[in-house]
This record gives sequence, C-alpha cells and structure tokens, in this order.
Amino acid sequence: MTGGPAGAAPPAPTILPGGLPAGLPGAGAVPASGFGAFVARARAAGVLVVQPRMGMADPLRMRDGLRATRDADAVTVGTVTLDSYTRTGDLDAARRALAEGVGLNGYPIATHCADTTRTVLQGVMDARFPVQVRHGSAMPEHIVRALLAVGLDATEGGPVSYCLPYSRTPLREAVTAWRRSCELLASMREYGSEPHLETFGGCLMGQLCPPSLLIAVSVLEALFFRQHGLTSVSLSYAQQADPRQDEEALTVLARLAGELLPDVDHHVVLYAYMGVFPRSPGGARLLLEDAARLAVRAGAARLIVKTTAEAHRIPTVGENVRALETAAAAAADERARPALSAVPRACGPGTAATAAATAAATAAATAATTAAATAVAVVPDTGIEAEARALIGAVLELDTDVGRALVRAFAAGYLDVPYCLHPDNAGRARTSLAPDGRLLWSSVGSMPIAGLAADGPRPPILGSAGLISALSHVQRTYDDRAADPSAPTATAEVTAAACPPRPHLPQCRTDPPRPPEPPRTPVPPRTTSTPRRELGPTTP
Amino acid sequence: MEQHAVEQHGKAEPTGLDVIVTTMASDSHTWNLVFLQLLLEELGHRVTNLGACVPDELLVAECCRIEPDLIVLSSVNGHGFHDGLRVVEALRACPELAGTPTVIGGKLGISGSGTPARQRALLTAGFDGVFEEGGSVLDFQSFVGSLPAGSGSRALTAGSGVLL
Repeated sequence: MTGGPAGAAPPAPTILPGGLPAGLPGAGAVPASGFGAFVARARAAGVLVVQPRMGMADPLRMRDGLRATRDADAVTVGTVTLDSYTRTGDLDAARRALAEGVGLNGYPIATHCADTTRTVLQGVMDARFPVQVRHGSAMPEHIVRALLAVGLDATEGGPVSYCLPYSRTPLREAVTAWRRSCELLASMREYGSEPHLETFGGCLMGQLCPPSLLIAVSVLEALFFRQHGLTSVSLSYAQQADPRQDEEALTVLARLAGELLPDVDHHVVLYAYMGVFPRSPGGARLLLEDAARLAVRAGAARLIVKTTAEAHRIPTVGENVRALETAAAAAADERARPALSAVPRACGPGTAATAAATAAATAAATAATTAAATAVAVVPDTGIEAEARALIGAVLELDTDVGRALVRAFAAGYLDVPYCLHPDNAGRARTSLAPDGRLLWSSVGSMPIAGLAADGPRPPILGSAGLISALSHVQRTYDDRAADPSAPTATAEVTAAACPPRPHLPQCRTDPPRPPEPPRTPVPPRTTSTPRRELGPTTP
Repeated sequence: MEQHAVEQHGKAEPTGLDVIVTTMASDSHTWNLVFLQLLLEELGHRVTNLGACVPDELLVAECCRIEPDLIVLSSVNGHGFHDGLRVVEALRACPELAGTPTVIGGKLGISGSGTPARQRALLTAGFDGVFEEGGSVLDFQSFVGSLPAGSGSRALTAGSGVLL
C-alpha cells in the first residue's frame, strides 16, 4: 500500500470523527496542499501518519530509503535526516567527507548539488508522499536555503530545542537564526506553497523532563513560528515513562494548541521514546507499539518511530520499514478496540473531545467546552495543564516578541531545562521518576509552578546512582516485559534514589561502604535526545 | 566562560579535588557529564562541568585558567579515541597542565568495548587512566581516591579497564 491516505483503507474511524469543533487542531485554516494538508487529510480519514528518521549520504541510497518508506504498508511521510557536519554548519568537512568517501551519518543537503537532490526526490515526493528535512541545527539558515532550493518546504526544530540541549550557541543567536529561517520558509507562501515547521520542543533532553515544560516549550516554539510567518505547524511531544501521564500531557498540548493557534493549521506529533532504548528487539517493539497506541488514544496525528536497532546503531532501511509497519498495525489495532478499556482513554483530536468519543461516537459534535469538562473525568488532571499554562503565561508576559520573551525567560529561570548544561540555562530544576514511571519535579528552580501539581512532597534530588537508574528505567522495564510477557506493564520499582540495585543489572554505588563486588555500570546513556551528529542513533 | 549548569550535589570537602569534567568538540551528549559531576561531588570534590561540544581551544583555555587537580574527559559518540589523542597532546603542551592527572572514558570507539592496544595508545599519548564502557565505576573511584589534592603531580599509577 502506498503512502496516500486514499489508498490506506483505514479502519472505521471510531475515535477520530469528522466535524471537529472550530478551534481544535486541524480545524483552522487547513491548507490545500503540502505536509500539513496531507496529515490533516489522514487524520480526517482516521489514520495515524507514521514517519521514520532516515538519512544517507549517498543519493541513490537516500532515494531508495524514501521509496521504501513510501511503499511501506502504512500511511507514511518521508524523512531526509541530515548529517552532523551539515547540522553544525561545517560544510567544508561535509564536502571532504563526500570527496573521500568517508561515511556520513546523514544526507548532506547543502553539499550535494541541487540537481542531485531534485533527482533523489523526483517521482518519489508528491502530494501523496510529502518529505520533511530533519537536522538538529541551532543555526539552520543554510539548511533552510538548501531545502527550499530543491523544492522541499517541511522541516523541524526550534530556537530553544535545537540550541540548549545540543549546542554551545548562545540562545540569543539561535533565536535570531531561527527567526530568519522562519521568514525564509514563510516567504515561500508567495509562490503558492504551504511550508510546514514542526517544533522539537516536546523532546528537549529526551528524557527526565516533566511534561508541563515539554508542552510549554513546544507551544512557545509554535507561537514563535507563527509570529514569523508560518501558517502550518506541528507541535511535538516525546513519549516518556508512564502512558497515563503521557496521555494527560498530549491532551493538554492539543488543548493549548487549539486555544493559542486558532488561526494556524496545526497537529500534534508524538515521538516514540527518545531516551535510553530497550536493548532487546522485543522490548523495543513493545515500546514502539505503546507509542502508537498512545498516539491514537490521545489524538496525535503523526508518530515518529524508533526501530529495534535504536539501542545499538543507526537503523537500516529495512528496520525502519518494519518499525513503520509495526506502528501502523498497533495504531489500527488500538483504533479498532472498543471505546471503553482498562486504560482511561483520551482521544479525539483536540482531546477535549476525549470523553465524547469514549461515551458515544455521536458526541463528537459536542461543544468543546462540554467535552473539555468531561475529559477531566476521563484523563485524571494531575496538574500538567496548570503548570504548562503558568509557564507559557509567564514567558509571554515578558515581551510581545516571542523570541525575546524566550531569551528573557531563560535568563530569569522562568524556563529551566532539568540537567541541561548550556550556559544560558539556569540549571536549578531537578526531576525524579516515581516507581510507576511518572516524572516528578524534585526542584522547580525559579519556574513559576511551585505547588501547582498534586504530587505531594517533592522527591529527593537524584544522586549519581539514582540518575543512572532513572535514565534506564524504560529500557529495563521493556526489556523485562519482552523477556517475561506476564510481567506487569507498570513495574513496581522503587524510586531510583532509594532503591537497591536490581540483581541482574546492578547500579553503580557511590556511598560507602562499598559493595563487596565491583558493580558494572552502563555507560551513562549514549542514547539520548541528541541528534544524530556522530554515531548516536537518536536523531531529531 | 560561564559554567554553572548543575548545582553542587553533596558537600565539597576541604580535601576534595578541583575537577574539570568535559567532553570534546564533536560530542553533544551530556547525560554522561551530568552523571560524572554528581558522582564526583558525592565523593566530596568540586566540579566545573564544561558541557557539550567543547572546542579544543576552549577546553585547553579553561584547564589552564582553573589549573584543576584532575581533568576527566568523557565521550560516548564513538570518536573519543581519535579526539582524545588530539586533545591530550594539546593539554600536555600547556606547561601548567603537563603534570595534571588526566583521564578519559566512555564509549571511545565505534565498535564495541576497548582493546588493550587502544588503551596503551591513550596512555602513551599522555592519559593517566582509561575507563571504557563495560568496566567498573569503582576503578575510576579508586583512581580518583588515590589523588592528593593540589598536587598537580603525575606520580600516579596508570589506571585502566573501567568506564565513565
């Protein structure tokens, strides 16, 4: 089956009804063509769009990868992931690597001549198979120029999300570069195209960032994009360690997007887990399937997949295709399930329609306000929305220019990414992982969210052993599930800080007395949210 | 440059070392650096964490400025071996750092764990310890524990076989 939703023969759309209330995602200003329009059509048809991360230096291999993505048994969009030299603007190094045949970890779009890249895309990319460029650059103008030159107009990132976690670029400079990049992209609207830009703000460090901050940065980056001329955007959120918390988060993200971007085409995109990935193929598959089910329940329109190779290396095209098909099958299965299930279901594009879809299909026409009121009863409110609103509100108060507001917010510590070492980040926020995988604040630093979540007393600040344990929680949980299918899905692990090492995967201990046997520790994770700049398989 | 990203964890002791924790120019991973900072602070040391993608010149300049008791290079992107050889040469060329205990660890190559030859090459190039993926963190701890504060001396037994 090819990529277009027309050929996808979707299952009966029991969850994603048509006739969305105005103001909900996708309801406003859906463009006639382009990346955003394609996703909107798929969503209207009740199908989750799935997308790989994929980039090869060789044009023929890149083309083959795109074709394989298009031809997968799923509704797909294509990806051209760029190499790390292009990402950092070191085009001389990219040129040398190409000339010397040294392996690059992505497609050097600013180095191959435009005709070459046009040939890669010709006959593959069309209205039924849009292609997005993924890069990871804090200073992306050269990338935007290169992609526009070859007829592409969809990409992703953001002034915060591609600056703080991955670069040393001052935030102020990244904001300026992203403003120019947005304006370049938006200028294409004069020529009848509808450029699309996706926030990466829902990922940040990849793990151990509570949902409210992910939502806030994602929404703020989308507002930044809109301020600089974009009219079709998507808002990202990365799967974390507890499906219920994620469902609540996606519900809140869609609701805030509907409120704050009413005049812009937009959708929510879920990233399959961006932290330390399960080592076992079975564990990796289970985690991906959970992401796909989460996307369906919470009304995300698009999912970016991870493969079974994630913990080990950059995946092959075949592994990517299998991941796309696995995710599509899990999504279809979830959509076909009876509306009422053991897990509270947040669904419906806006998510505000959650309860409506659960209770009765006809309720889709329910007024958004009514649906929002009932949604609270279905997806428990643990305070994510209050925190996200407080963060967004505090930033927007600082300046009418979103970019300046972001710079000032980080300087004041109103936004503070936990564990981020960038000099422009206050670095006072700390998080912890509850036994059931919920992310909690151990310290909110100067962020204006103290006391907003109903989490009880703050958990202690993680030490080194606790940090390693928390970072590998998802890996451990899913590898265990794969090894023992009868294992409970929510593990009964004790919070890392207080927990003795598990016998089969000992943690490093630092406090005397030392354990009798030297424990072996995993490398502090190589697999993080880091873009694929070298070997790290995790990519934007 | 300003470095303040992670607050002191644990109580620095008077006998604690001044440690620089850093990665190298091509590596943007930072969870490893956060972990090392916490670990060293729990042991009573004071840490300056240089963060992601540290250019060679900045790395050397900061080390010369701070004159730490220990320099810890951590890299997990697979380029650590080659980057490390280059960086240690630059560090040792700086008179203030000629004798500063300097170790490297993480995932230093693109395929699997370290080889004895790789370790020897790194030690020969000027590192005092090599701590690769798959080893015990206790070896690193005992190496650090063997260092006298403020010594700046290289009268050390080279360590090996563990990871950061």
